[in-house]
Amino acid sequence: MNEKVPVIEMRDVTKVFPGVIANDHINLAVHEGEVLGLLGENGAGKSVLMSILYGLYQPTEGEIFVRGKPVAITGPKVAIEQGIGMVHQHFMLVPVFTVAENIVLGDEPITNVGTLNTAKAVNEIKALSEKYNLEVDPHAKIEDISVGMGQRVEILKTMYRGAQVLILDEPTAVLTPQEIKGLFEIMHSLTEAGFPVIFISHKLKELMEVCDRVTVIRRGKMIGTIDIEDASPQILASMMVGRDVVLEVEKKPSQPKEVVLEVENIHAVGLNDLPVLNGVSFKVHAGEIVGIAGVAGNGQSELIEVITGLHKANSGDVRLNNETITNHSAKEIIHKGIATIPEDRHHRGLVLDFSIADNGVLGSHDQPPFARWIQRMFDAIRAYADKFIQEFDVRTPNQEAQVKNLSGGNQQKVIIAREIGRKPDLLIAAQPTRGVDVGAIEFIHRRIIEQRDAGKAVLVISNELDEVMGLSDRILVMFHGEIVGEILAKDATEDELGLYMAGAKRNTPSSPKEVSK
Amino acid sequence: MEILFSVLTVSLFAATIRSATPLVLAALGGIFSERSGIVNIALEGIMLIGAFFAMMISFYANQYGLPPLVSALTGMVGAMVFGFLISMIHAVVSIRFRADQVVGGVAINILALGLTGFLLQLIFETSGNSPSVPNLAAMPIPILASIPILGGIFFNQSPIVYVALLAVPISSFVLFRTPLGLRLRAVGEHPKAADTVGVNVFRLRYLGVGLSGVLAGLAGSYLSLGQLNIFTENMTNGRGFIALAAVIFGKWNPWGAFGACLLFGFADAIQISLQNAGVNIPSDFLLMLPYILTLVALAGFIGRSRPPAAAGVSYEK
Amino acid sequence: MTTSDESTIKRWRERIMLVVAPFIQQLILPVGAIILALLIGAIFILAIGNNPITAYIALLQGAFGDIFSIGETLEATTPLIFTGLAVAFAFRANMFNIGAEGQFLMGALAATWVGTSLELPSIIHLPLILLAGIIVGGLWGGAAGLLKAIRGVHEVISTIMLNFIAIFFIGYMVTGPMKEESALDIPQTAKMLDTAQLMKIMPPSRLSIGIILAVLVAAFIWWLLWKTTVGYEVRAVGLNFFAAEFGGIKPNYNMFLAMLISGGLAGLGGAVVISGLFLRFQHGFEPGYGFTAIAVALVGGNNPPGVVLAALLFATLSQGALGMQNVAGVPQDIVLIIQALVIFFVAAPQIVWAFPEWIERRREAAQAASEGGQA
Repeated sequence: MNEKVPVIEMRDVTKVFPGVIANDHINLAVHEGEVLGLLGENGAGKSVLMSILYGLYQPTEGEIFVRGKPVAITGPKVAIEQGIGMVHQHFMLVPVFTVAENIVLGDEPITNVGTLNTAKAVNEIKALSEKYNLEVDPHAKIEDISVGMGQRVEILKTMYRGAQVLILDEPTAVLTPQEIKGLFEIMHSLTEAGFPVIFISHKLKELMEVCDRVTVIRRGKMIGTIDIEDASPQILASMMVGRDVVLEVEKKPSQPKEVVLEVENIHAVGLNDLPVLNGVSFKVHAGEIVGIAGVAGNGQSELIEVITGLHKANSGDVRLNNETITNHSAKEIIHKGIATIPEDRHHRGLVLDFSIADNGVLGSHDQPPFARWIQRMFDAIRAYADKFIQEFDVRTPNQEAQVKNLSGGNQQKVIIAREIGRKPDLLIAAQPTRGVDVGAIEFIHRRIIEQRDAGKAVLVISNELDEVMGLSDRILVMFHGEIVGEILAKDATEDELGLYMAGAKRNTPSSPKEVSK
Repeated sequence: MEILFSVLTVSLFAATIRSATPLVLAALGGIFSERSGIVNIALEGIMLIGAFFAMMISFYANQYGLPPLVSALTGMVGAMVFGFLISMIHAVVSIRFRADQVVGGVAINILALGLTGFLLQLIFETSGNSPSVPNLAAMPIPILASIPILGGIFFNQSPIVYVALLAVPISSFVLFRTPLGLRLRAVGEHPKAADTVGVNVFRLRYLGVGLSGVLAGLAGSYLSLGQLNIFTENMTNGRGFIALAAVIFGKWNPWGAFGACLLFGFADAIQISLQNAGVNIPSDFLLMLPYILTLVALAGFIGRSRPPAAAGVSYEK
Repeated sequence: MTTSDESTIKRWRERIMLVVAPFIQQLILPVGAIILALLIGAIFILAIGNNPITAYIALLQGAFGDIFSIGETLEATTPLIFTGLAVAFAFRANMFNIGAEGQFLMGALAATWVGTSLELPSIIHLPLILLAGIIVGGLWGGAAGLLKAIRGVHEVISTIMLNFIAIFFIGYMVTGPMKEESALDIPQTAKMLDTAQLMKIMPPSRLSIGIILAVLVAAFIWWLLWKTTVGYEVRAVGLNFFAAEFGGIKPNYNMFLAMLISGGLAGLGGAVVISGLFLRFQHGFEPGYGFTAIAVALVGGNNPPGVVLAALLFATLSQGALGMQNVAGVPQDIVLIIQALVIFFVAAPQIVWAFPEWIERRREAAQAASEGGQA
């Protein structure tokens, strides 16, 4: 197979941004009918490389060959002409447009008088959708359709433009295990039809399952390409990180004590008044870590926001140490003893333009010793910052540095230092290691387990099943705004959790509503 | 008595159309700009520039011996050209240099006030009114103008009014029925999505802002050449902002904005005719109406108005 | 000189730079913008056949030529400090207050009412006038803040609308209920009572004690922004609404508060100008301080000390412009053009760098072309 001319070949591609070498002489080739995996940690340079292939960035050095011919891909338009199609990690769909409008945008069929030919567009889309078994509703608006259908629309967009090669950037992050299976089937039918697929991921098992070969990059450098027969998750992980990695989290058995958090039959609605939480009930004890697994978008984010007072619960009760805190203000709840590592540090976690010291007191900025009446007490604020910078090994020139100038891992450390520093009874950790490098992941996991061992109640929410399984003592699974399963972590298998996550199985003794059924 | 009543009504509605015309043109311009993702509070300044250059060009064209009507038409075209040029400053500053679009718009408005005042003083040595110039007065359209009632309202007007009335369906058609419109709207909603399918975001945004310059320039020419035959300092007097209000009130839709402009124009016309009739109610409250209505509309009491998602956000590849 | 001496000097230089560098960095942009705007203004002046140096000297003469001019320039600075602070404070909460003009005028109207219709001893009357300005201006700004907080109405649009509503409301009041009966051509209110006038401090100019009040208020706002939890919360909301909310700060309340304070500052400016300078409200009084304030806030880096300096700068320009027109024959509207240019350059500093880059590119292209021609 490798004797043939690759469909796409990138040779010695280098991309330099001011101060950073994002890609350093990367070589990559993909042949007809194969799935090539592209593996690397967050920030390793995968997306930059694919953006170069798609013409969104220009390489500083190096060449790209399409079927053996060198081409200068100066923009997405050229990439499309060369038959390259890309499905971006964040969908590139206009929410207020219909499926059909999104698919034809930029290459619209027109009538004789030059107007949009919607009928023709719809027919072409229907034909394509049947041919590749990609079911969509051409007339539906993007804002009304499911994530899975959104992804099919994205794939159809590339097919409509006559793509010969498909790049999928982290496509499984938002899908259920079932939808992932569906996606893999689509990929197989594409490769059978001769299309090569480039599959970008950092999930080792998925790569093992679907790829023929995997190219690994680390910190912008090419590490190598490995045939899947020669690979194992362990080998891929050490190629990705550059050393042997402990995939398991080490911890002692838990010793749960009294109930700290009790959530009872919570109902809540989201945008457009659609229900997002449908009677959620569970308990977290002191000295245990409870993990919530689930595909993103099944109510996990709203659940945390309800507990922390950022989202209104329509009914139900949240109790902390037997005291109701339902719909209390965020401020009160912080002072009652809940600390939270939010799921997105740039969105909720940090004021990026504030200094480390100012971020370190967010939430207790108006409490003694950091404030007296409305006057801020800078000596106390500075002393506190110096202390946690040292304790949590935050790498920074000084505490006056703006947090936007820190690396992702150090930013996350500032948040964790701040939240643990509140000495809470309950620590909520949502996506605690999203987008940080492996070294920081290990550090953060140890800190979370330390909190449990110090007798705190800990609630972990993560989209990474491995993380939930590794950290938790007890696992709850959320699906469509409900807790559909509860398993002790030591008994849990990925397959079983997958069934719960897809809504195909349920056991919920803790929910009163279910019991009454 | 009945005849009197009907005459009064026709003249009132004709006056409504006259008051609405500059608003309609500027609002359509605002729609094109904001639909492409560039917030345009510079409409006021662009109109003022249009009004001034329409007057000035008509003045010089006439001085060079062109017949009055040709002079005035040259002035009208000149207003569109200069409206376009000044809008390009806004475009470059907010698209190329990614400045805050509201700040840029404020600067354009101040620039327009300064530039027109400066030139008025320099060329005509006055700080108030320019000399009178050939204008584009009412030109009844044969046959149509003789239709009872409607003829008097719509078809006995300045040619710029006809342009404004035609511009509404054309704008709606372009925005919602053509590939160009689809792309323009895509760029204002989700520029990155448009970029990844090879649509040139920057070019379309320049187009959107440029159209707002041409249309608001034309709107300005109506003030100096359609309604009057002179330019007076700061003669737009907030009309650019009323047009902006109409854009929002009309939910970024040409027909909606047209309706809002008619409403605002009607408030203006009835205020004038009441004053002329000697009816003593404070006109200030009628003049306030467009602004209050817009606030009420924005507060969502008349259905929520959603701006293009990417309006006001600079695009960076 | 020994090496240890050198290293001491080096260390000191580093220490000094550590303190001075951020300050200079903050100054580079506005000062550069002003210089560039004045240069372009000079091109305008050249283009109409005048000498820009003569014109600018005339401008400085007009603004600072004698005690009277200096006093008048400072008097023109006073309202700009208040409205500049208003816009800057709202900016800190990420609110763009285009409505400082309306808030200023409403404050001025309220002050006029208190100053013309109540008879009180000066010691009560004056504070009451200022308070009236703060309250009514604050309500006018707060209304926009409230609409944003509870209905999500964008403050740029609502403050524009509120400006016009204010102007027409004032038009009604000054031509109607508050009109002085003996008023001649232009409708106007009665004159402020003697107890309702601020003390003059630099005769023969009309400079009142208001300038001192303005500087004190600037110092207070500086303290509020940087040294208190109020400022911390407002700034946190302005920089990251969602993180602030997560930290137990009520973002909507803070946006409202910022607009309330912003409007109060503008309204106070209106009260000071009426009781210190104009002494009555004339129909059609729209001095534009609220719009110049946007330039003042931007050039002043939304920081009170910067705002005071920027207010002085723009007052100098407008005060000197008349002198420039009379002496050098340059239309005074040129200062508006300069003002607009300053806003452009501060809002998009890349424009400044674009010139040399463009010239460099042209030169390279020309060079490449000539080399190509030789080969």
